[in-house]
Amino acid sequence: MKSNHESTDSIPFSPVPAPPDRHPGNPFVGLRVAITGGTSGLGLALVRELLNRGARVAFVARRRDRVEQVGHELPDAHGIVGDVSRKEDIHPITMQIVGGLGGLDVLINNASDLGPMPLKLLADTECEEFERAVATNVFGPFRLTKALLGSLSASAREGRGAVVINVSSDAALNAYARWGAYGASKAALLQLSRIWDEELSHEGVRILSIDPGDMDTPMHAAAVPDADRSTLKPAEVAACELGDAVAAALLRRPIVQEVFA
Amino acid sequence: MVDARGNIKHHVRSELANLFRPGDVVVANDAATLPASLSGRHGRTGRSIEVRLAARASLDEVSQFSAVVFGEGDFRTRTESRAEPPTLNPGDQLELGPLQASVVRLLNHPRFILMRFAGSSREIWEGLARHGRPIQYSHVPTPLAVWDTWTPIAGPPVAFEPPSAGFALDWKMVASMSARKIRFGTITHAAGLSSTGDPQLDALLPFAEPYRIPRSTASMIEHAQASRGRIIAIGTTVVRALEHTAAIFNGFVPPGERLATQRLGASSRLRIVDAILSGTHERGSSHYELLRSFVDDETLNRIDQELNAHHYRTHEFGDSVFLEKADKQMQSADQPSVAA
Repeated sequence: MKSNHESTDSIPFSPVPAPPDRHPGNPFVGLRVAITGGTSGLGLALVRELLNRGARVAFVARRRDRVEQVGHELPDAHGIVGDVSRKEDIHPITMQIVGGLGGLDVLINNASDLGPMPLKLLADTECEEFERAVATNVFGPFRLTKALLGSLSASAREGRGAVVINVSSDAALNAYARWGAYGASKAALLQLSRIWDEELSHEGVRILSIDPGDMDTPMHAAAVPDADRSTLKPAEVAACELGDAVAAALLRRPIVQEVFA
Repeated sequence: MVDARGNIKHHVRSELANLFRPGDVVVANDAATLPASLSGRHGRTGRSIEVRLAARASLDEVSQFSAVVFGEGDFRTRTESRAEPPTLNPGDQLELGPLQASVVRLLNHPRFILMRFAGSSREIWEGLARHGRPIQYSHVPTPLAVWDTWTPIAGPPVAFEPPSAGFALDWKMVASMSARKIRFGTITHAAGLSSTGDPQLDALLPFAEPYRIPRSTASMIEHAQASRGRIIAIGTTVVRALEHTAAIFNGFVPPGERLATQRLGASSRLRIVDAILSGTHERGSSHYELLRSFVDDETLNRIDQELNAHHYRTHEFGDSVFLEKADKQMQSADQPSVAA
């Protein structure tokens, strides 16, 4: 397991590192990425996609058996067992991410909870089911981003670019019946992302909300069991699109401090 | 706050950012605190022990640490009064929750060992994250959560105790510095134990501590040196790191990772740091000795009296002192070191 990180002497001095030869404009080579909900659906597809692009990837999921399974399939990835909805797990997760990767450049808050299963009208939703959705979809990303902000900010100061992606949904914007708990929590995450991006602009840390669209994943199947799966986007395609969006954000990042102004 | 002429003034913590001026470079230690206290059993005797990780050779070293070992009990007992551990021999196995470690050798003291964790780095990190508890002392009676010990800017988990001056910072302050053209940078320094409970070991503190200066911080310092801007250290670990590098490189501070082995004291010449924000450490500790490189003993005595008279809180969760380097030092020692 790669636990060392490059010494600072190997980081190019220019704030925008030269792209590698393999892919012009691929900022992922050597970049340190953490993905929550990384053993299923979009999260797993992202782990594979970003490893393929040359990133160093840590992934987080609740089930040890799944983390170990994915770890065997992808031995270069650093698997971490943890539940972002539990506040006691946040610092252990953070320690393992930053200790394992040596720092962090990109965080993808992907782990999501649908709320009540099967989906229910708000009037039939138990408050505790709603609380669980908020705990995973809002407070998990909030706490994890806070705990990792020192590392992300250090990455930004070094010109590596620091980006947080909060996975969103059109349920955050449109009123779909029975998607109340999930939709409201994703709406909260969307607004949180927008305000936080504004607040951190001086730090050079970007907070972005991205809606990957309706995907053919276990989560979607649980929510809409009778959907026509052929109309859904494969998770691999969504992961590729999301990777491109993150790349665009990284390459457009501002120079944080003009030292010789 | 103590200025370069030794005048003392009191401020509310929220006024801290006002002490910095445009053109200043403020450097903090972004080390996150490891939960470095590991409870467990000594395999050979079956007796309970507490292991406190104390140092390691580099910031990337995962499996090998030096550690101080205690017998039964925990932080609620004063460190000096803790039970002795069982006799430790090279090869002894230590069962520390999910972690297995072996004693590599003793480091010239029955309670100070070099130890090696078994397993992959992923397993070691998980074990430390799940089973470790923050090192703490009897003056704080309630168990600390890891989040109590991380400063707001905490990044790499490499410190054995909190770089506590960093608790004075918040992100609002960092943002306001940026707006006021005050440069803020970080170093990562593996802040070590403040106390071992044994006078022989305490006399060896601080142990050699690895640190890393990133390129952006080195650039800021170089710029400040060229433009006579002040370099302000948030905490003693920053002073230790920057002055160690400056001593090696004759006044320059290039980026890179090194091992800080020196102790700073009354006779030390500060080449880089102009002012320090520090906790109100107790007299006689190595931190206190470092403050003597900033101001003379007469000033430190007056500071002590003021702190007591106004009931400032000591130790790591207490109040802060902002010390400018005394004027006489700046006149005699501080020549600009700019390359020809």
